[in-house]
Amino acid sequence: MSATVDTIKQQISENTILLYMKGTPQLPQCGFSAQAVQALMGCGERFAFVNILDNPDIRAELPKYANWPTFPQLWINGELVGGCDIIVEMYQNGELEPMIKQASSAASQEDNA
Amino acid sequence: MSIQTQIEEKLQALKPTVLKVDNESHMHHVPPNSETHFKVMIVSDRFEGLMPVKRHQQVYGLLSEELAGPVHALALHLYTPHEWEARGNMSPASPNCRGGGQA
Repeated sequence: MSATVDTIKQQISENTILLYMKGTPQLPQCGFSAQAVQALMGCGERFAFVNILDNPDIRAELPKYANWPTFPQLWINGELVGGCDIIVEMYQNGELEPMIKQASSAASQEDNA
Repeated sequence: MSIQTQIEEKLQALKPTVLKVDNESHMHHVPPNSETHFKVMIVSDRFEGLMPVKRHQQVYGLLSEELAGPVHALALHLYTPHEWEARGNMSPASPNCRGGGQA
């Protein structure tokens, strides 16, 4: 097991809502990442992100680990939800926001416990 | 064979009732006539009962060679026949002739 895979596992277990993307939410470096960020921001909860352009090891390893070849990738509660198309479609049909809100409130209750 | 044709042929494995592959490379920062960015729309009953992630992974599995090579982005819109119908995207059948012009 490579150190990079350990890093990935740690990231997805420690961050309830995590977006692997190209660039940052303030300055996305790819149109698909920009769309994903826009949908996530529309849900009104804080989320973590990893800029894979700054992390070439993760960029190389995560597609294999996730069985998902492209970025962005949204992970909620340690599970891959999907890439740009799925995120945007779930946002538009109203499924994303409750999923995000539920994950976020469950995480903050855990923090307060 | 063009990458586009290659993608179209491999996706036949899903027995699609609708399959549309668009080369969207011209919308991106790549040389003219590139085959790097594609949009794929599939309607197939193979997607029945599968979460979106699993549907996409089926397609990624079929196109792993292309994705490891020349294809840089692949937008996917994957529906079951029921979902496709519910979206109203069925192209309506053209109406039959009602005899106008015969008089």
